[in-house]
Amino acid sequence: MRKLSLAGLFNPAQVFSFRGGIHPETRKHSSECAIEDMPVPSLIRVPLQQHIGVEAEPIVKRDDLVLKGQLIGKARGPVSANIHAPTSGRVIAVGHFTAPHPSGLPVPTITIRPDGKDEWGPRLPRLRPENATPEEIAAKVAEAGIVGMGGATFPSAVKLNLRAKYELHTLVINGAECEPYLTCDDRLMRERPEEIADGIAIMARALGVKQIIVAIESNKPQAIEAMGRHNRALGYELRIKTVPTQYPMGSEKHLVKTLTGRETPARALTAELGIVVHNAATAHAVHLAVRYGEPSISRVVTVSGRGIARPANVRTLIGTPVAELLAHCGGLVEEPERMLLGGPMMGLPIQNPRVPIVKGTNGILALTRSETRDRDIMPCIRCGLCVQACPLGLTPFELNARIQASDLDGAARVGLLDCITCGCCSYTCPSNIPLVQTIHFAKGKLAEQESRKHQQEQAKRLAAARTAREEAIAEAKRAAMAKRKAEMAAKKQREAEAAKDAREGEAVK
Amino acid sequence: MTAPLLASAPHTHSRFNVSRTMIAVMVCLSPATAFGLYHFGWPAIFLFLVTIAASLLFEVLSLAIAGKPIFRFATDGSAVLTGWILALTLPPWAPWWVGVTGAAIAIVIGKHVFGGLGQNLFNPAMVARAMLLVALPVEMTTWVAPLVGPDGHTGPGFLESLAITFGGGAQFDAVSSASALSQVKSQLDAGLPMERILAQMGSLQDQFYGFVPGSLGETSALLLLAGGLCLILLRIITVVIPLSVLGSVFLLAGAAWLIAPDQFPPPQFHLVSGSVMFCAFFIATDYVTSPVTGMGKMIYGIGIGALIFVIRSWGAFPEGVAFAVLLMNACTPLIDEYVRPRIFGRTRSGKPLDLGEKA
Repeated sequence: MRKLSLAGLFNPAQVFSFRGGIHPETRKHSSECAIEDMPVPSLIRVPLQQHIGVEAEPIVKRDDLVLKGQLIGKARGPVSANIHAPTSGRVIAVGHFTAPHPSGLPVPTITIRPDGKDEWGPRLPRLRPENATPEEIAAKVAEAGIVGMGGATFPSAVKLNLRAKYELHTLVINGAECEPYLTCDDRLMRERPEEIADGIAIMARALGVKQIIVAIESNKPQAIEAMGRHNRALGYELRIKTVPTQYPMGSEKHLVKTLTGRETPARALTAELGIVVHNAATAHAVHLAVRYGEPSISRVVTVSGRGIARPANVRTLIGTPVAELLAHCGGLVEEPERMLLGGPMMGLPIQNPRVPIVKGTNGILALTRSETRDRDIMPCIRCGLCVQACPLGLTPFELNARIQASDLDGAARVGLLDCITCGCCSYTCPSNIPLVQTIHFAKGKLAEQESRKHQQEQAKRLAAARTAREEAIAEAKRAAMAKRKAEMAAKKQREAEAAKDAREGEAVK
Repeated sequence: MTAPLLASAPHTHSRFNVSRTMIAVMVCLSPATAFGLYHFGWPAIFLFLVTIAASLLFEVLSLAIAGKPIFRFATDGSAVLTGWILALTLPPWAPWWVGVTGAAIAIVIGKHVFGGLGQNLFNPAMVARAMLLVALPVEMTTWVAPLVGPDGHTGPGFLESLAITFGGGAQFDAVSSASALSQVKSQLDAGLPMERILAQMGSLQDQFYGFVPGSLGETSALLLLAGGLCLILLRIITVVIPLSVLGSVFLLAGAAWLIAPDQFPPPQFHLVSGSVMFCAFFIATDYVTSPVTGMGKMIYGIGIGALIFVIRSWGAFPEGVAFAVLLMNACTPLIDEYVRPRIFGRTRSGKPLDLGEKA
């Protein structure tokens, strides 16, 4: 078996597979729409938390004038990301605004009224990647505020620094784009293959890896062809691999399994196998940052769904309100049942169209009734389709039953926490049971229980520490008292002896 | 503009649903059913319709008592399918009340007492069949010769048929006949050697095509096989259960036949029996009462096949399908508990994989 996995690394044609997964209708309505630039919107709202980790710290005030590309939010701590002004204008508020998230909770946000001039400030100092050290490249990526643009939004520089901890040999570029509807990565690879290849090579240099695999799903032949034409950069050779069109191919561990045949152990990183996965759009952002000093202030967003007048792929400034992007695409032709950020399998629903586009927004979908799902739920008939579809080898119907019975520990025992919430089970369930939704709920509940338990333990520990401390103090006091008593007694005795000596002396006289 | 719906992902669906599954199964059953109905004439048609209608009626009553949404659940097709499968296992000229009693047992006791669709431990149609077989041994084993085929006879007319199903029954002596399995069984008991018994029986081809006496829809192994293959092609079922049922029957029967050819019929004799075919493709594959994993399905299928052979060879009944299925139904929860898929990134025992080791 070991031999098989090595074959995956050295035989370019070899592709493996993973169990489960589904083949949803791809509905890539916008795949023939060239990337277009959107004019500067009337208002820009830049949330300070667009990434996994700690939110950035605002470094501008109300009424400040900012230039395009100017740093306005500074990364706080090791897992955080810089935020830059997407265009020039006046800061009209540094406060809170509705997050681009179903919760609709307010997040710290900098609101900018663009002046329409779109005037660049000083670019980031450029770097010649041919001469730069890995540390310099990673620092540049961090400076540019680049995060994983496939939607995970993990700060990319942190992943580029993994070489310090693991022995890395392979960089995998995720161009699978397995979510239906989304075409932004496809278009980017078709239109900017040279720039992406350059970005990939720069990242490979930062990681110190020897081989690069670019994985693209078989339903994007033009992207495969385009990347194939530009498979050399900075002396690296990019191996373009066609992977089957199957959801969730874009899942990091499943992509690695498909490309190399190697399975990442549960709760481990692919880096432990020596493999790091980055998104194709992230590679493009790295190229722009290193070669041109452009921070991460825009991205390509797919606007699609039957509710949209004109499906499109739009290069959009970060912070553009969803409503303005929709208006740019002709607005809505039909009232959508659901408005999504991201794809239909894992995208986040939103209600407020004024929320901004952020670094991780790969799509805006306005799905009509006919494109979404029925709401009638039938009983589970144990057909086992969810078990067949689960790419993790879980038994979703059983997890659901246990969660419904409030048996969270039992659910955890049969793999609740291994779920990646890809949604294959809910997609395939003939009874329309909200399986992954229930699992999501249970994971949240379990996390809450854990954190409460942790808090209680913490409180207990603190209380115990205080008791111990108080006891120690009391003990010290007692000891001091005893010492003083002893001293007093000794002194008394000495005095008594002295007095006695004196009396005796007198008596002698 | 109303605000868009805030519902958790996924926002799309395969559009595959329970009713479609049921309809697909019915479509795949229809060739064998049509053949059976044509084969056994009007009484069979009446019995078929009465059984399905009764199933639907009992489904509606049970849903009403349980306080469940009647229209949505009654139209999911599961009750009709249960009635359909039950009817196919009944003797074709059985009186109407056999079908109605069977439907009541299947729907009320077999299904709704457990909590309705998806909750039943045992296959409802097989619960009914087994109970009828035990309670009504005469009615359940009175077979008629088919209307078409080598030993065909002219069937009863419409009114006469009404009398057979709803009246006092038929002049059975005129048409009664034994099923192949019961014939073998009784004659073996009488001490005849297997060779002579087989020589008296119709050819294997006739049995395979279905020109033999038997249950309403279980005579034609050929059409059941064709329907079953359609189910596999439509991806309603996987090949695992049918293959393991038929495979284990064939291997066990073959081994027994090789050891004692005068005591056991040859393995192909078992496979041409429609009831095994029916069981392998349509009964054992019932989602609710079979295991969900591939390995579990294999264990389950092999168990059913082995039990069918054991009951047929040494049991008190000539036909063992119902009992075999029920016994393995009882094992399903156990199988599902122990036979699980391996979780990605973990060993079978649930520990994370070691680095450098491949699953």
